[in-house]
Amino acid sequence: MPISTGRSTKIYALTWRLPIIIWQFFFFVGPVLFMVAMSFFLVKNYRMTEAFEFINWYKMLTRGYFWDSYKYTILISMVSTVCAMGLAFPAAFALAFSASETTRRWAIFLLIIPFFTSYLVRTFSWFVILSEGGVVNAVLGHIGLGPYTMLNTHFGTLVGYMTLTLPLVLILQTVTMSNIDKTLIEAARNLGCKPLATIWQVIIPLSKTGLIIAGIFCFILSFGDFVAPFYLGGSQETTLPILILDTTKSGQQWPRAAVVAIMMMATLFAIAFTGIAIAYRKRKGA
Amino acid sequence: MMKSNHTLNVMLTVYVILIFMFIFAPIIFSMIFSFNSQRFPTIPLGHFSTEWYQKILADPDVWDAARNSLIVSSCTAAVATFLGFCTAYSDYRYNFRFKGPYLALILLPPTIPLIIMALAMLAWFSKIGMSGQIYSIIIAHSVLTAPFAMAVIRLRLSQMDPDLEAAAWNLGGSEWATMRHVIIPFCKPAIFSGLFLTAAVSFDEFAVSWFVSGLNKTLPVMILEIVQGNIDPQVNAIGTFVFFISMTLVVLAQIFFASRQMKSF
Repeated sequence: MPISTGRSTKIYALTWRLPIIIWQFFFFVGPVLFMVAMSFFLVKNYRMTEAFEFINWYKMLTRGYFWDSYKYTILISMVSTVCAMGLAFPAAFALAFSASETTRRWAIFLLIIPFFTSYLVRTFSWFVILSEGGVVNAVLGHIGLGPYTMLNTHFGTLVGYMTLTLPLVLILQTVTMSNIDKTLIEAARNLGCKPLATIWQVIIPLSKTGLIIAGIFCFILSFGDFVAPFYLGGSQETTLPILILDTTKSGQQWPRAAVVAIMMMATLFAIAFTGIAIAYRKRKGA
Repeated sequence: MMKSNHTLNVMLTVYVILIFMFIFAPIIFSMIFSFNSQRFPTIPLGHFSTEWYQKILADPDVWDAARNSLIVSSCTAAVATFLGFCTAYSDYRYNFRFKGPYLALILLPPTIPLIIMALAMLAWFSKIGMSGQIYSIIIAHSVLTAPFAMAVIRLRLSQMDPDLEAAAWNLGGSEWATMRHVIIPFCKPAIFSGLFLTAAVSFDEFAVSWFVSGLNKTLPVMILEIVQGNIDPQVNAIGTFVFFISMTLVVLAQIFFASRQMKSF
């Protein structure tokens, strides 16, 4: 590659480099920084005035409902992550190790489809399916069970989270595990390693990075989603995204919503960085 | 193979099918419900009916929303793919200081929860007097989708022989001419792929659109507002319609994505 010299070469380079810098500064960095600044603004008579006061931070962080919501959101997102990872693992295992190449390709192609279908419509569909008089209870009724209340419960929220996260987690797990060198597994088996022990001591350590990345994505998606807890969980417990929604849309308290948003981002960054650090840490002796 | 191994494989296969059923149940039921006469669908299903489709076709609000959605997704696709191409090429061709932060600038937005982006965009657009317009949604969506276009195009560029560009220069082509006659043609399938992919992502996005759109509702925002009210099977009809548009875009993206493997340079 030639060394960049001369004016025209420089202009050429900048033509390709600058658009995204300018665009993202105006429409990505700008909004995020403004949101941080906004958390110090004041709201008087439903109008926001620019200021530098800590009142919003104080008001939000000293309220019990904020911390209740914070704890609940972290907890339910963790439960969601554990469920998604656990539910996906056997399927990803099967797709990675016992399915043929063609089957695996088709499976991954099918799993991409949900990303391009409206998550809202899928949630609404669950709402109808899971309701007291819905399809699931109708089927259960025929064998003399139910009806069960599934909407407006934690179960409902989790079904929503699974709808959102399971396809992605399953894709990431499948791709990660199918990249494992199969001869290593055969070697373990030949050396007398039991199937379950092979999973714990060979497959999981070898796919650690990919598994952690899948977990982080699942957590981020659940943590930031307002649709599942709102429509399927019936806002029984307020999660942080619902808090942002309520504070922005009905309360007109944008600065306080900004406080919640910044707390969410800080939490996500902390979790993502810790996860990535663990994922890429070299194993001892490896 | 041992017998226990065989049973295990059958069990795993059944499990995989169950998981896929869970993933596809809401999509398939939504389509079934959209052709079902009952307002509140249950088993046994009512009779076949196109009532909900007739309703949405007769509703001018749906047509407005569909028009807005088409404008937003096509403009977003153009802007995001342009930005994605520029960034992918810069990353491929040059090494420069602060390249890490430079790439983070384009790659970060999709990792931030949409509700946070929505709040930040709403506040910023209000501040600079750009809120509540169709172009507000286009701008916000371009930020969110540019990384997808960049990823597809960057992948294509990494398949290009690095000597190709140098060869064109040696043959007397200027950098601009090389871009026009060598690099853009080479990236064409990826560019189309990027266009359809970003259009599809934009077409489905509802959180940011809802916050910044004002009165210019897109189809997903309309669904969101209908769902908030009550059970209305029109949602299934609109959803099925949106599904087919998105899938067409994704399939087109796939076709272009695959065609580049065959047509090697």
